[in-house]
Amino acid sequence: MSVEILDAPEVQVLELPPDETRIQVKNLNFFYGTKQALFDVSLAFRRQSVTALIGPSGCGKSTLLRTLNRMYSLYPHQRAEGQVLLDGEDVLARGVDLAALRARVGMVFQKPTPFPMSIFDNVAYGVRLYEKLSRHDLAARVEESLRRAALWDEVKDKLKDSGHGLSGGQQQRLCVARAIAVRPEVLLLDEPASALDPISTARLEETISDLKSDYTVIVVTHNLGQAARLSDHTGFMYLGQLVEYGETDQVFTSPATTRARDYITGRFG
Amino acid sequence: MNRRSELMLRRRIVDLMFKGFCITVTMLALVALAAILWTLLARGVGGLDLDVFVRATPAPNSHGGLANAIIGSVMMCLIGMLIATVVGVLAGTWLAEYGQGSPYGSVVRFLNDVLLSAPSILVGLFVYEVLVAPFHGFSAVAGGCALAMIAAPVITRTTEDVLRLQPSMLRESGTALGAPMALVIREVLWRSARGGIVTGGLLAFARISGETAPLLFTSLSNQFFELNPLKPMANLPVVIFQYALSPYDDWRRLAWVGALLIAATVLGVTIVARIIAREQHRP
Repeated sequence: MSVEILDAPEVQVLELPPDETRIQVKNLNFFYGTKQALFDVSLAFRRQSVTALIGPSGCGKSTLLRTLNRMYSLYPHQRAEGQVLLDGEDVLARGVDLAALRARVGMVFQKPTPFPMSIFDNVAYGVRLYEKLSRHDLAARVEESLRRAALWDEVKDKLKDSGHGLSGGQQQRLCVARAIAVRPEVLLLDEPASALDPISTARLEETISDLKSDYTVIVVTHNLGQAARLSDHTGFMYLGQLVEYGETDQVFTSPATTRARDYITGRFG
Repeated sequence: MNRRSELMLRRRIVDLMFKGFCITVTMLALVALAAILWTLLARGVGGLDLDVFVRATPAPNSHGGLANAIIGSVMMCLIGMLIATVVGVLAGTWLAEYGQGSPYGSVVRFLNDVLLSAPSILVGLFVYEVLVAPFHGFSAVAGGCALAMIAAPVITRTTEDVLRLQPSMLRESGTALGAPMALVIREVLWRSARGGIVTGGLLAFARISGETAPLLFTSLSNQFFELNPLKPMANLPVVIFQYALSPYDDWRRLAWVGALLIAATVLGVTIVARIIAREQHRP
């Protein structure tokens, strides 16, 4: 009689040299009240690259993402233990300036969330929080951000219109522009294409690939094809543990664990 | 096959019956509303003339208008709405954004609901005890405060409800840019919930614009023009109440005109505010 044995959380940790590491996560545990959602997660995110986090629903990938900019601090019953080192500084430490952290770590959400204001003001919103730019410089920053997000040509004649008037895909690229206008070092994307049609998704993916020359991009996705197309590194999570982490090609072509192989080949998930 | 068509037929009949029921009930409500408006129009329009807006309430059997009562009502509603909007929007925001899970929050929410359905005459008596009796005088300010106490719970409740309806991702995306919560609330959530908050204000305004009981104990009324908010002041609901019960034809005519004015104002303000809310929300 054979008993199925879970893969031991013996993680294939990708070792990165310190100068290539943007974020180092060490022994991270996360709790929603008394329920533990992450178990002893350790990994490093490389500078100027795209890292994808994949795994079945509820495996903790979004939770991991939300610890990186302390999003969970909004909610009183959520807490994290361990270390998240952003360029060597622990962002989980007490007394961290959350506004400064979030200026360095931007985020785009599952559904487009344009603010109820004009397209221009949407992009300028974060910039105005941190910098006092002249009207001219601000306009230049807005244009640059919209260009990076591949939205400029579509909206340059209607910057004063409400952001709600754009299509879903355009709204999501507006949110990307809004996040990068602050000039963060890291960009977190939480299933950014899950509410978009295939054409909008393709455009958003192009945008994301372009961004990696300047940013450390971390993307949570349910779409395995998207992870394979976009990312340089892939982390596979299961039941709150990081089961496998490595170069995307290697994770997708010859996964080291059976869990990851079963998930990637579509046996479960 | 036969059983299936029988089932479909039964469903169609039930569906028709339910639709018919809904339409009937809606019609009943609309008929009642139309009857009220029609009566107001039929009895009130005849008495409308320029004097209504420029002359003060008359002595029995002499010609006059409602100007002092109109000014008084406008002033007291303004005082009431000003206080109630500030208190209500802030309290509702606190309940939705900060006090949601806290025990203090649930106590405040519960008491607000009690206040929401408190008889308005009690509010009048309360304000009488606090603002009228100690100062030995009825006043428009006391009237405005009584109206504010009735309007504030309505605004608190609707503000909390519409803020809770805002997607949490909107809240989070403001926070993710590094904006402090207070800024996210003021610049993102309030704007996004504007239509609902305006609706709450309108409901509150409609509720207080016809309130008589709380004003009887606080502002009383005044036969003459009065612009000092610390003095008793005439107001439409109390004038309607006094004149409608009087034996004088002139007074009863003015009571109908006053009722028509209140109804028309509520209708007009509602329409204008709806248009403004929609315009601002349009992409």
